[in-house]
Amino acid sequence: MSPQTRRDPAPRPAEQLEALIGAWRRHALGQRGLTSDDVGELEDHLREQIADLRQTGLDQDEAFLVAIKRLGQLDAVSREFARQHSDRLWKQLVLPPAAAGERSRVRDMAGAVGFGAGAGLTVLVAWRLLRADEAAFALNLSFFVWPWLVGYFAWRRSLGWKTLASLAAVAAGGAVAVNLYPFAPGGSTLVLTALHLPLALWFLASVAYCGGWARLRSRLMDFVRFSGELVVYYLLIALGGGALTALAFAILSAVGARHDDLIGNVILPLGVPGALIVAAWLVEAKQRVIENIAPVLAKVFTPVTMVMLLAILPVILSSGDLARAGREQLILFDAVLILVAALLLYTVSARDPAAPPGPLDWLHLGLVGAAWSARTAVRPWWTSRSGPTTPRPSRATQTARATGTRPQGWWWTRWR
Amino acid sequence: MRIDKDLVAASATPLVLGILARGDQHGYAILKRVGQLSGGRMAWTDGMLYPLLHRLEAAGHISARWDSTENGRRRKVYSITTSGRALLADRREQWAVVAEALRAVGQSQPGAPDFRLAATA
Repeated sequence: MSPQTRRDPAPRPAEQLEALIGAWRRHALGQRGLTSDDVGELEDHLREQIADLRQTGLDQDEAFLVAIKRLGQLDAVSREFARQHSDRLWKQLVLPPAAAGERSRVRDMAGAVGFGAGAGLTVLVAWRLLRADEAAFALNLSFFVWPWLVGYFAWRRSLGWKTLASLAAVAAGGAVAVNLYPFAPGGSTLVLTALHLPLALWFLASVAYCGGWARLRSRLMDFVRFSGELVVYYLLIALGGGALTALAFAILSAVGARHDDLIGNVILPLGVPGALIVAAWLVEAKQRVIENIAPVLAKVFTPVTMVMLLAILPVILSSGDLARAGREQLILFDAVLILVAALLLYTVSARDPAAPPGPLDWLHLGLVGAAWSARTAVRPWWTSRSGPTTPRPSRATQTARATGTRPQGWWWTRWR
Repeated sequence: MRIDKDLVAASATPLVLGILARGDQHGYAILKRVGQLSGGRMAWTDGMLYPLLHRLEAAGHISARWDSTENGRRRKVYSITTSGRALLADRREQWAVVAEALRAVGQSQPGAPDFRLAATA
């Protein structure tokens, strides 16, 4: 037997090696502390090491084993990576370990669906009871959803009772204050309160998200990033849900089935709060997916928003009769400023702090500049509307938001 | 002769910076170069080089970019920055002082050089 034929039996060695490296890569990707870029770098190292070892006469499996051994214990290496990138540690605290496997994943999903269903049913019941008094329903809507959201976070983070009690006390105080305040029926103070309560409660929920008051400061930026990613998932769910519902109703109408006001009375009260908690679960469960989508969306929308701002700027400047602009236009402009602030906050929170300044950072600076110029151009509106009369909530919020854009311009750069 | 692991750890930063000062390299090439320079006597756990590189990158002493190899693989290539060169010069001076002190102590007490100095340096 010649040596030639003896070496032959190994079936397609290149594929075998690929399978070995593939298995290693999957294992490495499951390690906490290693990002896919880190694994890519280590894999490049591994392949070169294997190629060099094979030149010294080792066969493929031997070379693979030696290369793996030289690379070091993967958990020790990933621990070292994690220590170096301590800003990534939050993911290890938040995400269930990959090794925990299928059972905990099923448990998490069941938990999210359970809390979501709880929120949906609460709102559904509240809607049935309060339908006659729309103002009371709108005011209290966020208080119906909030306990379920905070409950979900508390369950995921195993929050202590003290933290929960303090949060509940703050929320209960807010609920009492809101319900005792003598709102003028249909007045703008009522509308403004109903619009801003969810925001206030959302930030109160950040305490539960971060795992307690003490961790709030160090992890608030994670909460901002979480919020941005949640918006993306929520919109996706809303789009999908809306399309499916529309299809189902088209079919129902086609066969002449009666469905009265099913959308407004059942589907929306159940779905809108429920989807919030399911989206919160999705952000964390499918972190890798959203981490890839959301920054891309932010990158796409940053230049688009800047172009939009630059396009409306000359229109504002040339329109002349700013003084006659109504409250609605101002609120619309508020929405634009909030969008800009949210976009900036999200992209900054999702940015890799080790990365050097790039073109996108300049684009962000441009966006701040554009928003600031637009705000300056619109300022006469505010001064004319919030002139020397007595302060009113609507004016206070408009002015606060209008002037808020500038501080955001500098504090976001200093935050990290 | 194997080099003590505390010494290896202490010399890792100047070694990496010194290698990068002679040209951009990727991780594997840096390790290979360390092996050549020490005649294979400095044993590193290969994987530990990368956290060190990332630490130096975060501190701004080196910068990284993704390149592709001739067979289309992605490869992270590091290059030294101005602040890295300054750090390298500083570390070289420190090591020169340590080496000089070791040499002097070996001369004054022949036969009993106190090499533990190096570990605390």
